[in-house]
Amino acid sequence: MPLEKIRKGAWAMKSILKGLVGVSVLALSAGAASAATLDDVKSRDALKCGVSQGLPGFSNPDSDGNWSGLDVDLCKAVAAAIFDDASKVEYVPLSAKERFTALQSGEVDLLSRNTTWTMSRDTQLGLNFSVVNYYDGQGFMVRSSMGISSALQLSGAAICTNTGTTTELNVADYFRANNMDYELVAFEKADEVVAAYDAGRCDVYTTDQSGIYAQRLKLTNPDEHKVLPEVISKEPLGPAVRQGDDQWQNIIKWVHFAMVEAEESGVTQGNVDEMKGSDNPNIKRLLGTEGEFGTAIGLDNDWGYRVIKHVGNYGEAFARNVGPDTPLKIARGQNALWSNGGLQYAPPIR
Amino acid sequence: MAVTTAGESAPRVALLNDPKIRAWIVQILLLVVLVWLTYVGIQNMFANLQAANIASGFGFLNRNAGFAISQSLLDYDQATSTFGRVFFVGLINTLIVSIVGVVIATILGFVVGIARLSQNWVVSGIATVYIETLRNIPLLLQIFVWYFAVLRLLPGRRDSLDMGFLGQLNISGWYAPKPIYGDGINLVLGALVIAIVAIFVIARWARKRQEQTGEIFPVFWTSVGLFIGLPLIAYFIAGMPLSFEYPEQGNFGPRGGARIYPEFIGLLLALSFYTGAFIAEIVRAGILGVNKGQTEASHALGLRNGPTLRLVIVPQALRIIIPPLTSQYLNLTKNSSLAVAIAYPDLVSVFAGTALNQTGQAVEILMMTMLTYLALSLLISAFMNWYNAKMALVER
Amino acid sequence: MAKETKTTKSVPGVKGKAADVAAPEGTPVAYPHTADSLAPVPHGGNVAYVRTEMASSEAPPALASGPVAWIRENLFSSIPNTVLTLLALYVIYVIVPPLVQFAFVDAVWSGTDRTACATEQQGGVQPNGWFGACWAYVGVYGEQFIYGRYPDEELWRVDIVGLLFFGALIPLLIPSAPFKRENIIFISVVFPVVALVLLTGGHFELNGFMPTGFLFEPGMVKFWVDYLILSAIVVGIAYAIARASDKDPMPGMRGAAIFMVGIAIIMAIFAVDFGLEHVPTDRWGGLLVTMVIAVTGIAVSLPIGIVLALGRRSHMPIVRFFSVVFIEFWRGVPLITVLFMSSVMLPLFLPEGVTFDKLLRALVGVAMFASAYMAEVVRGGLQAIPKGQFEGAMALGLNYNQMMRMIVMPQALKLVIPGIVNTFIGLFKDTTLVLIIGLFDFLGQIQSSFTDPTWATPVQALSAYLFAAFVYFVFCFGMSRYSIFMERRLDTGHR
Repeated sequence: MPLEKIRKGAWAMKSILKGLVGVSVLALSAGAASAATLDDVKSRDALKCGVSQGLPGFSNPDSDGNWSGLDVDLCKAVAAAIFDDASKVEYVPLSAKERFTALQSGEVDLLSRNTTWTMSRDTQLGLNFSVVNYYDGQGFMVRSSMGISSALQLSGAAICTNTGTTTELNVADYFRANNMDYELVAFEKADEVVAAYDAGRCDVYTTDQSGIYAQRLKLTNPDEHKVLPEVISKEPLGPAVRQGDDQWQNIIKWVHFAMVEAEESGVTQGNVDEMKGSDNPNIKRLLGTEGEFGTAIGLDNDWGYRVIKHVGNYGEAFARNVGPDTPLKIARGQNALWSNGGLQYAPPIR
Repeated sequence: MAVTTAGESAPRVALLNDPKIRAWIVQILLLVVLVWLTYVGIQNMFANLQAANIASGFGFLNRNAGFAISQSLLDYDQATSTFGRVFFVGLINTLIVSIVGVVIATILGFVVGIARLSQNWVVSGIATVYIETLRNIPLLLQIFVWYFAVLRLLPGRRDSLDMGFLGQLNISGWYAPKPIYGDGINLVLGALVIAIVAIFVIARWARKRQEQTGEIFPVFWTSVGLFIGLPLIAYFIAGMPLSFEYPEQGNFGPRGGARIYPEFIGLLLALSFYTGAFIAEIVRAGILGVNKGQTEASHALGLRNGPTLRLVIVPQALRIIIPPLTSQYLNLTKNSSLAVAIAYPDLVSVFAGTALNQTGQAVEILMMTMLTYLALSLLISAFMNWYNAKMALVER
Repeated sequence: MAKETKTTKSVPGVKGKAADVAAPEGTPVAYPHTADSLAPVPHGGNVAYVRTEMASSEAPPALASGPVAWIRENLFSSIPNTVLTLLALYVIYVIVPPLVQFAFVDAVWSGTDRTACATEQQGGVQPNGWFGACWAYVGVYGEQFIYGRYPDEELWRVDIVGLLFFGALIPLLIPSAPFKRENIIFISVVFPVVALVLLTGGHFELNGFMPTGFLFEPGMVKFWVDYLILSAIVVGIAYAIARASDKDPMPGMRGAAIFMVGIAIIMAIFAVDFGLEHVPTDRWGGLLVTMVIAVTGIAVSLPIGIVLALGRRSHMPIVRFFSVVFIEFWRGVPLITVLFMSSVMLPLFLPEGVTFDKLLRALVGVAMFASAYMAEVVRGGLQAIPKGQFEGAMALGLNYNQMMRMIVMPQALKLVIPGIVNTFIGLFKDTTLVLIIGLFDFLGQIQSSFTDPTWATPVQALSAYLFAAFVYFVFCFGMSRYSIFMERRLDTGHR
């Protein structure tokens, strides 16, 4: 009888399986993260980058699973600076809820996931923010057909948003300050927020303005919706790293600054090779032909060259991912260089 | 020592071959391992929390929550309410959807379960298809379908479906008329209580009389009469103290009235239809489990189909049905936590979701949430065990 | 039946011949006997009015047989029944035609972007008011729904794992198929190793796990030295146990040694570089993740469940207490909180620096959860074993292990096969919950495809959900049929 055989095998199976599970857990968890994140990244031969679960323009996978976006470009730039290869990134999609735990526990080396820099997050969660790669603010989107032109007309509206974000609290503050009532419908995942708003469950969709532009693309008829002029909060979005590893924080910080600096000095992905021969001392220091700035942060001296070569400067990344020629059509605005009236400013490399 | 008690003549036995000693060694080893694991885990946790500079403790429960919750039966104000209040709001929302869901699923399950046994081929066919389809599709998918696909077919917020005295219906929910209680409402409530007491008394008396004389008193219709009639009389005597507030058209769709949220409706429908399919199978098995001789004997005694089902089959089937039914009720309660997928503000969504995100105190919040569910589960099983014991056949 | 009725009716038209043999059967149905008596057949008998042969039986009246009668009997026998039937027919009418219309008649089967599935009003090519399924989109995304974002050029690895799994599982499920034992060893030992290496790419780093850091740098050498030490300890314990119970230590030590060598071989396979590209688990998705979670969950929960079930029935108070607490805790909480726990809380309980893969964490949660349910299933099986079996085993002088292994478990496990299959169905459906913690299982992958503006239309979600429902239904319904089949088959046993 076959069942007899099943049970004979079942016992061998049981004991072996248990051992196997135990050991494979051991094996997969063996790669322990130590204090020096850079060493871990180098020995792993890949950067683990925490990104969103899909936000067009910032971090979004296409149907072949390739990630792109402004936040993704920062991951790529860091990988390029370390490995001279922008593809050595493992993307870990994280929900709003998981992102900080994932960083704290060492599941990711870098959290580049449109995360707002706030004091409590910077000081109480064991994280460090240091640069802002996108200056944002919370806004509202409504249907054009409703004939609303200001957020102050929204009293009594149903508002769709994400749970676990600063947006939920900002809305509460804004409506309270203006003595308006509202109905909050807060979903766990961004896709569900969009779906509910699109279905007409809510009158208003609120999140960071960049997010609004990105999510608007997912609506059935993007042109029938408009973004209200009010910006009700400051949302500086930037990468976060674990506390206690200054070298690693410096790398992230200066990779971003290098991209901004490159834009300012006119170094682009296209002309970086010619620029290497430039006499401009600024460019020379940026591209590593002069000085020992790379070794100071534990990298090779041509780290800046690698970043620009593989990813491009900040302006290029912006234009490629969210700029006016992309479906998102976001103007530079606050994210223009300081020399053009924006807020993006890189300390000098010297 | 167990070995020495065996007496002088007993052969020397190795320590490990004494079952009692062996049992204790195994248990002590187990205890040591478990205590050690717990200790290490907690040690790690505190070390990690400290390293990450995360606050711990339950102090956050008294802090101001600062976010809004759509559906709340308790007074909840985003400006002043605390995280502790958020917990109770979530808990009550979980309870509401579970209780209503259990009631609907039970009714649905019984109807479909009996329908599946029907002689009528079309009826039993539909019941079978219903059961097999809904049982084999994940609940989460059903919730999505109800919420995102079916509710989407309702009219928009600004052109709601007017259902007359039932209020208005649109994609953001059902705006039911809200009862406004006047001065004499206590009289009506009092009448209702009297009616309920009277029904119990009459039912008791009728049973006694039937046992003694064999005469049947129409308890059901009397009860219905009492239940509706008494409060109605009181209502008119008190000068009709009940009025309804109807929703009015506001800027963004209707305002006012008693609001039933679409998240609630979607979750409720999905839970009820899903669990109803399982209950239907249980009911069918229960009825089939009653010996056919019971039906035949009942028919031989001159009972028709209706009374046979009601007086002979169902009471016996219930004994088979109740234990699995209990676990379905438990499942429904636990499954209500899927509310988090469609923004119904239940315990998981609002406390283990939003509050967790705002405070970052994962350990405290998840422990509280899990223990609450555990307590709910134990309560439900305790109640159903009591009920089961009551229903069980008393062997004479 | 229908045929007979027809011929009977045609008889009156045929002259003479039929009347000779028997009464014209088609004549007034209400009085069949009159026909007989009016047409006696003289047949040489002396009593003319007594028939000498049997009258052939009448066909039932038209309304008492055939489809019409069946319908009347079953569907319209009484007024309530009629109402029910009409109601049921109405329900069918409301559901089925629109569904067929949506899924087949109006469906779009090919296209390259959203215009194919959008109405003119929405900027597409379909006439306004069109409402049909967009199978074109499901087709384009089909590969992602199955494999997630697994690299294209490595898909063959997933295919091989799938083929091996189903190739081994199906013969295992067919009771009459041969080589059961070999198959079980394959699917429980060889397959997991092969699958893990193929899916992840193998080449795991082994760093060692013992406090021997002062002697060796973490790495391969340290691992094997550590492993050797561990093996020595394990064999030593086996020796100590055997000595303490006055037994020959050799068999126990040999068993322990063989076990350790077996594990060593498996570890070695994991460590070897087969030249496969490493595919991190966050690129896994779709049906692949659903299957990985469900299958691993059930495979891990079976042994744990057996141990827990035995623990719950044990006479040792501490063991029993822990088993009960464990089972009731996991059964009392919703799976989603378990998943939240494994995704948010579990990392906090691990030593600093040790991280778990996200998928692995979810697997741990699912396995704990499933174990509790499995324990109750197995306990049901144990309870169904008559007490005489236990007493008989003990009377034969078997110890606890032997009794369980040779007498009780084979019978109990046989009884609970349907229960295990049902647990698996439940688990298979419950894997959808992992999408809430951000893993892309089949449903999660489908949902995430909604973010692609290329295909965003009002029918996108409904089409995708319908497809998902169909796939889940096929899997679950198939398994539940199998469970019923096994139940019937096993029912022939005791009592």
